[in-house]
Amino acid sequence: MRPPVLLDRPARWLLGALAAGALLVVLGNALVPQGHALHVSTYTVTLLGKYLCYALLALALDLVWGYCGILSLGHAAFFALGGYAMGMYLMRQIGTRGVYGHPVLPDFMVFLGWEELPWYWHGFDQFWFAAAMVVLVPGALALVFGWFAFRSRVTGVYLSIITQALTFALMLAFFRNEMGFGGNNGLTDFKDILGFDLQADATRLGLFLASAAALASAYLLARRIVTSKFGQVLVAIRDSEARVRFAGYEVEHFKLWIFVFSAMLAGVAGALYVPQVGIINPSEFSPLNSIELVIWVAVGGRATLWGAVAGALLVNYAKTVFTGLLPEAWLFLLGALFVLVTLFLPKGLAGVFLHRKGRPT
Amino acid sequence: MNVLEHARRLLRRDQVFPMLMPKRLAEPDTRHGPILYLEGVTVSFDGFKALDDLSLYIDDGELRCIIGPNGAGKTTLMDVITGKTRPDAGSVWFGQRIDLLQLSEAEIAQAGIGRKFQRPTVFGGHSVFDNLRLAMAGDKGVWRSLFDRLGAAEREHIESILETVGLADHAGRRAAELSHGQKQWLEIGMLLAQNPRVLLVDEPVAGMTPAETERTAELLTGLAGRHSVVVVEHDMAFVRAIARRVTVLHEGRVLAEGSMEQVQNDPRVIEVYLGEDDDD
Ligand SMILES: Nc1ncnc2c1ncn2[C@@H]1O[C@H](COP(=O)(O)OP(=O)(O)OP(=O)(O)O)[C@@H](O)[C@H]1O
Ligand SMILES: [Mg+2]
Repeated sequence: MRPPVLLDRPARWLLGALAAGALLVVLGNALVPQGHALHVSTYTVTLLGKYLCYALLALALDLVWGYCGILSLGHAAFFALGGYAMGMYLMRQIGTRGVYGHPVLPDFMVFLGWEELPWYWHGFDQFWFAAAMVVLVPGALALVFGWFAFRSRVTGVYLSIITQALTFALMLAFFRNEMGFGGNNGLTDFKDILGFDLQADATRLGLFLASAAALASAYLLARRIVTSKFGQVLVAIRDSEARVRFAGYEVEHFKLWIFVFSAMLAGVAGALYVPQVGIINPSEFSPLNSIELVIWVAVGGRATLWGAVAGALLVNYAKTVFTGLLPEAWLFLLGALFVLVTLFLPKGLAGVFLHRKGRPT
Repeated sequence: MNVLEHARRLLRRDQVFPMLMPKRLAEPDTRHGPILYLEGVTVSFDGFKALDDLSLYIDDGELRCIIGPNGAGKTTLMDVITGKTRPDAGSVWFGQRIDLLQLSEAEIAQAGIGRKFQRPTVFGGHSVFDNLRLAMAGDKGVWRSLFDRLGAAEREHIESILETVGLADHAGRRAAELSHGQKQWLEIGMLLAQNPRVLLVDEPVAGMTPAETERTAELLTGLAGRHSVVVVEHDMAFVRAIARRVTVLHEGRVLAEGSMEQVQNDPRVIEVYLGEDDDD
């Protein structure tokens, strides 16, 4: 018996493709002149950067759903929280350049007639602080939520429903102006990040590369986890939770650990997403987002990691194309895709690949 | 302990902080004989008493067979011992000092009680080898499992268990692909790997061929002595082959206890159980 290797063939392919793709994008954007067939516009760079953030989010979900069987229907909440933490930093960077020119308060607070910065906005003028919050806030929420849910042995559909309720509740809360996160409009009109102008091509390219690097590192970490004995315990919990308990493992600890780790990855994805799209608002908490996320992973194939990444990239590319052609039809199409995959490709696209190679998953 | 003493304990430099020490469960104390004490255990499901004021003692190192008609409460009994079901009344002790009702399923397993389910339950997604590796006794904490490496000694131990349960040729196969009988063997192998003081074995030979059944009988009788073994089985020929002491359960109570012969000749037992159908 060979132990599983960290960099197996799909892992080498994925990392290779990511590196090659990133290189082509950088060359195409920075060196190939505009108008040339190989030129990559800055708009495309940002679009691809956004896809990479989604891929990172899908990877995070695959760890809990694919490997541990926890179907979270609220994972976009962790993504949005990471996004808000980054958004708060970006808001504080605006300084006197806002419409009202207030040195400390973001525009929406001046508009609401607030005199002082709420306590939870302190520290967000520092990048390191915001960066820490990007992982700590989603992680803490996952810890508290998971602790209660797993300790009370909530599983299956019930768990899915309460995760959905969680993200819905957060959405309603963030819609409120009194919460101090910009209400309906969210946080936007960002100017710069770490001193770099967010509208500049080079900054856009930098953010794209940061997303690619984050995805690659998260993928490696996730591989490290799923190839360890810990990863085997996760799969065992998914397949037969009771057996794992009677073998002497505290199932709750394992679930909680991977849930928190996954929430942190989702937070990082959200934090990289926000400066690229230039806005974060409560609609990111929408339950629909979490459900779309589940579809990406289902389409790509669960419990392979690379399947989740591929699924996120493909479905989002399709979304971009179709919403351009037939905006109203996209949700129907997505629904149909999900039904078809569930019925005919229970293991997703990854399953097709593995099957063709004659290797059962 | 007062505050000062607490502080002094925390500040001692010759040992790790108490809260960082791995929780070690004491060995069960069996100086008085029994390793399992069940007293007045009652379990009811919506008013229906699956176990009714049941008392049972298992001696250290003994091999006990538990028989009884369907629905007698045999599986429920194992659920109570392993922490899966909490009784409404009664007490369950492991040795004289460990109160099993205070422990979680995982803690009970770590304390030294292993079980095989009635329906063979293995980790279908993992190879046979990995199933045994996961069951292997040792530190089962999160951090440890993140950094655990398969050592040569562990590999050898797993290979020897594979030999014992006759699955050496199937080490790399996914457990889900095994036949019913092979899964039974694998689960028994997992129990061996876990190396518990007490083995609770629920219907080990269901779905096995006569030859396999015979090997299981050998294996289980061989384990007794070093381990305590509690076997639930419907296969009377098998029970007769291994039984030393037999407990008959009926409607959640102990109906009779003794050697196979005594039990078989007990008129109450004949009435409720053996009389109906000998070899079901
Ligand atoms: N979770 C439960 N909820 C309701 N009733 C239950 C539950 N578990 C067991 N029972 C009932 O308790 C009784 C005892 O069940 P148990 O499984 O212990 O019987 P058993 O002796 O193992 O029978 P068998 O020989 O069929 O395995 C049965 O009547 C069963 O229907
Ligand atoms: Mg039973």
